Amino acid sequence: MQRIGVFVCHCGTNIAGTVDVKAVAEALKNEQGVVFSTEYQYMCSEAGQSIIKNAIKEHKLTGVVVCSCSPRMHEATFRKTASSAGLNPYMVEIANIREQCSWIHKDMEKATEKAIILGRAAIAKVHLNAPLTAGESPVVKRALVIGGGIAGIQTALDIADAGFEVDIVEKKPTIGGKMTQLDKTFPTLDCAACILTPKMVDCAQNEKIKIYSYSEVESVSGFVGNFSVKIRKKARYVDETKCTGCGLCTEKCPMKKVPNEFNLGMNNRSAIYIPFAQAVPKIATIDPDHCNMLKNGKCGVCAKICTAGAINYKQEDEIVEEKYGAIIAATGYNPINLDKYDEFAYSQSKDVITSLEFERLTNAAGPTSGKLLRPSDGVHPHTIVFVQCVGSRCGAEDSKGGKSYCSKICCMYTAKHAMLTREKYPDTDVYVFYIDVRTPGKNFDEFYRRAAEEYGVHYIKGMVGKVMPQADGKLLVQGSDLIAGEQLKINADLVVLAAAIEPDKSARPLATMLTASMDTNDFFTEAHPKLRPVESPTAGIFLSGACQGPKDIPETVSQASAAAAKAIGLLCKDKLTCNPCVAHSDEMMCNGCSQCEKVCPYGAISYEDKEFRMPNRTTAIRRVAKVNPAVCQGCGACTVTCPSGAMDLNGFSNRQIMAEVDAICR
Amino acid sequence: MPSETLKEQVIRISGVNPLKCMRCGKCSGSCPSYEDMEYHPHQFAYMVEKGEIEKLMNSDSIYKCLTCFACVERCPRNVEPAKLVEAVRLVKIRQQGANHLKAESIPEKLDAELPQQAIVSAFRKYSK
Repeated sequence: MQRIGVFVCHCGTNIAGTVDVKAVAEALKNEQGVVFSTEYQYMCSEAGQSIIKNAIKEHKLTGVVVCSCSPRMHEATFRKTASSAGLNPYMVEIANIREQCSWIHKDMEKATEKAIILGRAAIAKVHLNAPLTAGESPVVKRALVIGGGIAGIQTALDIADAGFEVDIVEKKPTIGGKMTQLDKTFPTLDCAACILTPKMVDCAQNEKIKIYSYSEVESVSGFVGNFSVKIRKKARYVDETKCTGCGLCTEKCPMKKVPNEFNLGMNNRSAIYIPFAQAVPKIATIDPDHCNMLKNGKCGVCAKICTAGAINYKQEDEIVEEKYGAIIAATGYNPINLDKYDEFAYSQSKDVITSLEFERLTNAAGPTSGKLLRPSDGVHPHTIVFVQCVGSRCGAEDSKGGKSYCSKICCMYTAKHAMLTREKYPDTDVYVFYIDVRTPGKNFDEFYRRAAEEYGVHYIKGMVGKVMPQADGKLLVQGSDLIAGEQLKINADLVVLAAAIEPDKSARPLATMLTASMDTNDFFTEAHPKLRPVESPTAGIFLSGACQGPKDIPETVSQASAAAAKAIGLLCKDKLTCNPCVAHSDEMMCNGCSQCEKVCPYGAISYEDKEFRMPNRTTAIRRVAKVNPAVCQGCGACTVTCPSGAMDLNGFSNRQIMAEVDAICR
Repeated sequence: MPSETLKEQVIRISGVNPLKCMRCGKCSGSCPSYEDMEYHPHQFAYMVEKGEIEKLMNSDSIYKCLTCFACVERCPRNVEPAKLVEAVRLVKIRQQGANHLKAESIPEKLDAELPQQAIVSAFRKYSK
């Protein structure tokens, strides 16, 4: 027979405001097995915890029920309290009378009645609790960073700096990500390449960092401290160990009409290519969709001229399997597709471009060698209109693929574009249509004011309604000037759209592999929006950069270092304490149907053939389920799936759950 | 009639929630009748929210809207300003006793192109 103590928390007025806590403590006193029952203002406070500790000793409690907030909040706290008073921590149960009762009800009488029922259920469960002991599992001292943009690079450098091995998987032929495509960076206007390429080189030269470029994560199994990851190294048809990056092949390749993705299709590259001059690793890659040799066997020029003999048309994808202790997602973002925004004539006119395209048009390594020229005719534009919030801040039921969130970076990069245009080409009129100018950041608002005050950028409060391409090649921009109370018509040469940003498409399948949760916009969800912003709720998975939400470079770098710090904290440990609430199967009841194996998200269940004694001294071999306790996370999917009731979860056994239900229905 | 009930009427008829408006002005930036209107599409959303329905009812703007639905199509937040204009127009038409079309004013409106049926239906609609 258990000796149970009940502790009801007021949580200030959070609970006591709606629930009569004294009545709850009083009512639960009469439950079977309860030898002590009390209430206190803040059970989680030091004084509250000592009430629990003293009661455990004084009344020789064997079980504790705390009626308080969600177990997600303070279960760990109260387990520690019990443990320090000599009670097994798994003899503590939480009745959630805050989130599931006081916060959602208004009627005191009914809320009190419900709190008593919830407490009763927890007491019924404690009667069947058994002490559990947590095991330990070792930690592989190596981290995996998925995505090699500025976020992934910074995280990898910081982890390597702490002395741990770290691998970067990047799906493109080079690391560097979006930042390589930018010209200048706000608010200090340093050249993006100048500050990024040294970091890329550091990654390549750091002996703790291994870069898997042109590679993708194929599958992930295992658990915190012990992930096993398969990486697909896509065939680049060039031997990485031999290629010197001389670039001769890219010059001689006869197939030169391939849209260059680095310049967003605004010029062409050859079928064998190095994305840009400072690529890391600087190795050529053959694009199999455009190479004549790979498509129909008629060419082979690159193989003939390569002095290093690096070309290998027979190269195949290679799968590498590695073990990691921690995984950091850094998959980044992309601008959204604007094809459905007909009103801005993006797909009709070459002179309506996105801000990222504008970035390439002003970059010295871009298609125009840094001269700002109209894409349609190569003439210098004299009137430029920037449109903010294209696809950002849209209603939830937007039919054009617009996003409900603010993309955060557009106000600042548009101020940068407008300012730099006015500085380089003072003969250019620059208009910015804005809904709100949002510049919360160090030196951000000052930057925007400089664009308006010192550089004479025309900021217009209003939105563009439509852009009409004219016969003379101009673009007639019609929009609101809400402050003047006018409808403006501007004859522009170039229109630049600040397209919303969205998470990279690879993030969703990756989240499935990692069992990491995502929000409805496909951004990774953090474990706590304020207090655990760089961790996924899935243990051992960390978040770096724009895959968690829109971010500029300073914020991305800070978050990347924060994610690294969290990962280092994990890698420093030699052993991790496991969760003892894992599943196990009753071999006598298991019929080997494989249902549990199919639903297990962690791959923790396998089957084995076992010999069983049968009546009349015979034996039989039966196939039964076996749970690997190190891999099981205790989600309970198998226990509800098992048709014969053979699967059970420690700490949440079927008997315990039914006892709770019985107590509620009593 | 107090303006609050007029506001409720406009919101009920249109099915529009003017609170969704984020004041970007894309509707008025799109409107082909902008120059002819006293109150512009974005002002309809704001003035309905403030309950200034009578001002809208007494303005010619409600007849200048072409109901082309460009504002509805382009509004990033699905506010649908054209439906508000239509609702204000209906509230005006449905006013009891407000005789918007008087028989004596017909002769001056007549021309050879105008079908008689239009006059009959206009009487049904506007003469109450």
